[in-house]
Amino acid sequence: MLRKLLEHLKPTTPGTFPGGMYPPEHKITATSPISQCPLPPVLILPLKQHIGETCTPLVDVGDSVLLGQKIAKSQGYVSASIHASSSGKVVKIEEHPIPHPSGMGRPCIFIEPDGKDTPDESLEPMPDYRNTEPSTIRERIRICGIVGLGGAVFPSFIKMVRDQRNPIDTVILNGIECEPYLTNDHRLMLEKSEEILRGMDIIMHAVNAKHGIIAIEDNKLDAVEGIRKALTEMHGIDTCNIEVRVLPTRYPQGSEKQLIYALTGREIPAGRLPLHIGLLCQNVGTANAVHNAVCLGRSLTERIITVSGDAVPQPGNVCARIGTPVPFLFARHGLHDMDDVHVIHGGPMMGERLSKLDVPVVKSTNGLLAMKRDTFYSEQAVEEPCIRCGHCVEVCPSGLVPNELAWHCRNDQFDRGQEYDLFDCIECGCCSYVCPSHIPLVHYFRYAKGQVAKIEKEQEFARISKIRSGARDNRLAREQAERAARRSRAKQQHKAASADKAETAGKSETKPAAKETQNTNENNEEEST
Amino acid sequence: MNNSGLISSPHAHGGDTIRANMLSVMLALAPATVVSVYLFGWMAVFLIVLCMAGCMLTEMACLKLMDRPPSALGDGSAALTGLFLALTLPAYVPWWIPLIGCITAIILSKQVYGGLGHNPFNPALAARVVLLISFPLNMTAWIIPMHAGAPLVNLYDFAQCWHLFWLGPESLHQGLDAITMASPLGHVKTEWSRGIGVLEALREYDYSYLDAFLGRESGSLGETSTLALLLGGVYLLARHTIAWHIPVSFIATVSVLALIFNQINPEHFAPPLFHLLAGGLMLGAFFMATDPVTSPVTPHGQLVFGIGCGILTWSIRSFGGYPEGVMFSILLMNCAVPLIDHYLRPRVYGK
Ligand code: SF4
Ligand code: SF4
Repeated sequence: MLRKLLEHLKPTTPGTFPGGMYPPEHKITATSPISQCPLPPVLILPLKQHIGETCTPLVDVGDSVLLGQKIAKSQGYVSASIHASSSGKVVKIEEHPIPHPSGMGRPCIFIEPDGKDTPDESLEPMPDYRNTEPSTIRERIRICGIVGLGGAVFPSFIKMVRDQRNPIDTVILNGIECEPYLTNDHRLMLEKSEEILRGMDIIMHAVNAKHGIIAIEDNKLDAVEGIRKALTEMHGIDTCNIEVRVLPTRYPQGSEKQLIYALTGREIPAGRLPLHIGLLCQNVGTANAVHNAVCLGRSLTERIITVSGDAVPQPGNVCARIGTPVPFLFARHGLHDMDDVHVIHGGPMMGERLSKLDVPVVKSTNGLLAMKRDTFYSEQAVEEPCIRCGHCVEVCPSGLVPNELAWHCRNDQFDRGQEYDLFDCIECGCCSYVCPSHIPLVHYFRYAKGQVAKIEKEQEFARISKIRSGARDNRLAREQAERAARRSRAKQQHKAASADKAETAGKSETKPAAKETQNTNENNEEEST
Repeated sequence: MNNSGLISSPHAHGGDTIRANMLSVMLALAPATVVSVYLFGWMAVFLIVLCMAGCMLTEMACLKLMDRPPSALGDGSAALTGLFLALTLPAYVPWWIPLIGCITAIILSKQVYGGLGHNPFNPALAARVVLLISFPLNMTAWIIPMHAGAPLVNLYDFAQCWHLFWLGPESLHQGLDAITMASPLGHVKTEWSRGIGVLEALREYDYSYLDAFLGRESGSLGETSTLALLLGGVYLLARHTIAWHIPVSFIATVSVLALIFNQINPEHFAPPLFHLLAGGLMLGAFFMATDPVTSPVTPHGQLVFGIGCGILTWSIRSFGGYPEGVMFSILLMNCAVPLIDHYLRPRVYGK
């Protein structure tokens, strides 16, 4: 297997991927070192910051908490705990807007910091991780609430599950950062190269991988230098298995599928994960967080953010606590008046435009871009008819035909949309970016995906309730027949006592049916929320 | 539709517009236009102005009728259609023929389908074919250009051209035959029908490859100079307005077919270079077949489209009743575009 994989790895290394494009970089903060954001007056910690289930709070209003203390516990398998990002007091737990285009609210825990940052020291550092059981390390990564920090926020420990059928051979560290403006990974690689390499070694140990690749684009050659230098100076790591690969700058190379293709020439089969072809992909920020969790016993309470955009007077990279209010962060960078700006959460290609600005920094916040309203792209764009120029087809890294797809999605022909591989769209935005007719293609794809999900949910619900109500009808009919039979028997025998008995039996049997109806109602409510 | 309420990503755009695309095609046609003015003087100027104005006015009227904002005229597509139409016409046609062409192009070939982006056929080509079928005589009478022999009419003389343009050759006491000549393709075809082989016919015509390349022979306004068209085509490729697939596969197919059959029977089948330099092949391959609206969107589809155009062009030129087959082949392949696009989609990642 390993041999085979290596054979695959060696000859076919295209160094790039089909489709894609090269938007202007705007990486104006590439030379600004990471600064520490001071403690805000209040920290707002949403109970859901990851892909998966919402957490349940472990603290009550009035409780004191320590820095790094777990304050909400994960629910279900796909979930990640939340930790206090400073010491202080829980002042309230209520709904508050979170970074989401709809500006919707989610339950959040509000902490008023006491300014002391007293740490919770319940987690032992494990500097000798190489001699620790991989399962213990995975458990540590899980407890520390680590999620993919590149933007996908998928709980990291899940990707590291060891599976006999799919052994992981190579760990890929993603230092691509192909989104314009963003430089947080770049700065991290420069300033924390040792920690990143250490984190990578931990991940490799946890999944028993033999090889490591660190992928960096050629617009960050100083980071390549830094990592290579750190690699030669590292102690206690078998560095000869770790390779730094420089790839030509191209968007969306940071996307997992495209990166894997560029590095290995292999594709992840549709509907499968990198681990099915023996690979594990993690962001450099995640590797740093893993290092902090394992070697220092620190849970995920802060992250690096690029604060930039044409409306920010002093753009820069900042290490901010999770829960820091976004306006507080912008004020630190000289932007006080938020009336005339649009804020993008993430990068300009895939990030979301915030409709409410008083949201907190969350685990997925890799960038916060404030753009002047009057020059903001979607303020001016006017959609024109598709001229079928095919530019979108040319740049689509997934091999789709966006113009056809958009046509079906816009006309609510979702079956046709799926025929045109709607769900293989990674929403990278290349197609919209190059479209001369300014058609918001990605918007239509998102809309259609949402609609399809909704329809499927409804169909599933209808199917279940049909089965349920069918069963109920059958039962009721049966019961009625039985009752009638008994009654006629009773009549014949003129025995009042037996008639009574039949009635009670009938009653007790109808009860579960009533319960069922209630259940259905409950489901109904869930559906509508 | 105004998207200002939209909060979906991406929040950036490459800055490409329909207008920029149309303008770049017009710019790419500039060398050919200049050559046409050099060859046909004021006649070329009159015809181009008339066609562009005619198309734009028709478009404006349509927009008005349909209650659409007249700003749609600003995308430049109507002006480009006008320029295309002019460049495919002979230097002298009675003035009402181009006007009918404009109306056909804009109304019948474009707006009835729903306007820009919805038309199955290239409007200028469709109009050109309608004109050719309706007025075959006028549409195949090629004025002798200024630099071929001694033309009877001085095309650089404004007054003479003004008369010729509006009132016809009779106003200058000339017959149409006296001031026109056959195009090389037409000549070869006529001679072949009289039993004279290609080589002999070309010798009679005093054909020279260099003249054809530079454009010193007769033909439609814009198709004479291969050099000028190549310049424009390279510009379009470099600017990324068009992809290489259609022109390359189109021209390569014609060359390969011509080469093979010329080897087999040089008396009937003209050599590849003759095909490449003759008639509207370059204009068709770089400018007409690559019209975005009426060509496939996928790279594979574009290759198939180009090959199809090539086969049809060569076949019509070699066996058909018409001397030139470029327009017909492109229009025929236009019909196949929905099919091509449906079956030749790119391979989806991971599938
Ligand atoms: S880029 Fe825009 S105009 Fe061109 S084919 Fe795609 S959707 Fe149509
Ligand atoms: S957003 Fe989707 S359709 Fe558009 S280029 Fe990216 S993957 Fe292709």
